[in-house]
Amino acid sequence: MTLATSPKPLSISLQSCAKTFGDGTRVLEPLNLDIRAGETLVLLGPSGCGKTTTLRLIAGLEQPDAGGRVLFDGVDVTTQSIESRNVGMVFQSYALFPNMTVAENVGYGLRIRKRPVAEQRTRVAEMLAMMRIEALADRSIDQLSGGQRQRVALARALAVQPRALLLDEPLTALDAQLRDALRVEINQLLRELGITAIYVTHDQTEAMALGDRIIVMSHGRVAQTGTPREIYHQPASPFVAGFIGTMNRLSGEMGPNGFICAAGIVPWQGGHSAASEILFRPEDVRIAGAGEHADLVGTVAAAFFLGDRTRLFIDVGDRQPLVVESMARCTLQLGEAVRMRVDPQGVLDLSSHRASH
Amino acid sequence: MKNHRMLFGLQLAFTLAVCAFLIVPVVLSILAGLTSNYFVGLESGLTLRWVFEVWDGYRDTIFRSIGIALACLLVTLVLGVPTAYVLTRSGSRLSRLVEELLMLPIAVPGLATALALISAYGGMGGFRTSWTFILVGHVLFTLPFMVRSVLAVLASIDLTTLEEGAASLGASFRQRFFDIVLPNCRNGILAGSLMVVTLSIGEFNLTWLLHTPLTKTLPVGLADAYASLRLEIGSAYTLIFLLMIVPLLLAMQAFARPRPRRFISDDPVPESK
Repeated sequence: MTLATSPKPLSISLQSCAKTFGDGTRVLEPLNLDIRAGETLVLLGPSGCGKTTTLRLIAGLEQPDAGGRVLFDGVDVTTQSIESRNVGMVFQSYALFPNMTVAENVGYGLRIRKRPVAEQRTRVAEMLAMMRIEALADRSIDQLSGGQRQRVALARALAVQPRALLLDEPLTALDAQLRDALRVEINQLLRELGITAIYVTHDQTEAMALGDRIIVMSHGRVAQTGTPREIYHQPASPFVAGFIGTMNRLSGEMGPNGFICAAGIVPWQGGHSAASEILFRPEDVRIAGAGEHADLVGTVAAAFFLGDRTRLFIDVGDRQPLVVESMARCTLQLGEAVRMRVDPQGVLDLSSHRASH
Repeated sequence: MKNHRMLFGLQLAFTLAVCAFLIVPVVLSILAGLTSNYFVGLESGLTLRWVFEVWDGYRDTIFRSIGIALACLLVTLVLGVPTAYVLTRSGSRLSRLVEELLMLPIAVPGLATALALISAYGGMGGFRTSWTFILVGHVLFTLPFMVRSVLAVLASIDLTTLEEGAASLGASFRQRFFDIVLPNCRNGILAGSLMVVTLSIGEFNLTWLLHTPLTKTLPVGLADAYASLRLEIGSAYTLIFLLMIVPLLLAMQAFARPRPRRFISDDPVPESK
């Protein structure tokens, strides 16, 4: 393909970057962050966690508090404005210029750089083809659907061969089906281009699908950094565990044979622990077969048929019912007793992190 | 059914009566300006004599009015558009206050504004007797209209994000202002411009006090004509004024009309082959 972006992907690092707004609100605690060249890093968290502020610090749309530094390939760019940082940005609201056509939008960055007209035209055509929107070249922006707008925004950001691509909740404004389709497309695009990309989202599915690494943020701090698998399987804190995917929680105490709770004993292989709460995911519990040993016993509180599986909410005498997914045809009735087995490998004890949160 | 039709008839008749009440004086005034002798009536015949007489006697006031209106437009553009931009971007409490203060010259009677200007700057002889003295009054009065109409357009677009988008593509402040900000508030600028020109051409309150015998504008000349000359001449003057102002009003109407927004759905997404 002729997509060649900047010759070498960029590595970015933030050194003790904090951000306090004019009214004294601290939106970002001092943050140290190293983004490897060519990786897709997802900043994930609920609104107000500081993820967008972090992106804006990298972009140059915000300045860190005194003492913070932003480095691009080791060069301090803290005082450089966004205009000179050469980063591509994609916004949730698209930020397309309504006074220009699709092609003019895509070519704007090249026009600013005063590239020869012929080169501008070739590059714009290339970008439109890459995003499969050639047919829209002469349309005005208000003649485009949301999905088409986001394609134009991507084409525009990439046309100038930016050193890094920054995406701020690019799919949030789209409906679910289109979001899935475009997510796949963005994923392919980022892999093909090999560009350093920073992707902000509050949607954990998006984060898992796109990120080489995910940084989960909460209250202006990094809650955990890791690959999607690490974040999912070894959450570092109850917050991360609760924010990513569904997590079952049981309270009780450690006994000699496992974790003792109201509904039974959960197998525990983690050695000595004083946990008063353990966590495990729905996929690590299954309905026990007839005659098989059961770890937990409960009654069906609710059942949702999802087609390929049935999601069961099982009352086990704790604050929250357990969530269990049954893949096989499920004929369990409300109020019926259920016997369950828990995979010991999936059982987590995060109690040591309690204090720090 | 019958009742409905009668009600409609009554409403129509009432509407037409109100229209007639408003339009008849205008028509009479136009006719007066074209009639040889208004006191004799239309039998005396139609003529353009009065129109030419006005043209000969008051040509200079017409050109002066147009000149002042264009100068006023230029000043309000240079002052008003950046003002609206800054007010939009800052969005602080102070900027709300400034916005309210800008409205003051509309609320305060023109006579009061004019008197204030005269008592403050009347002593500066050269300034007092020049047409720029009137221009200052007109700018004070029309600037809020320019600022308001540009503000209205700017408030309807997410200017901050558009500018951030442009900046991320390398556009400097100057490039963003001319490539993104100005084109996107074009409609507001056009509407404001027409408003400013129309208001300036027709302004009487302020101008009546600010003018000197050598710096009469069209409306002042009109008052003069009605007060001291034949009714036919005053009416012919009105006719000329209407000919100048009506096209402006029509253009203003055309620009003020909101553009229809099309709703675009995401499915089916037309893919190119």
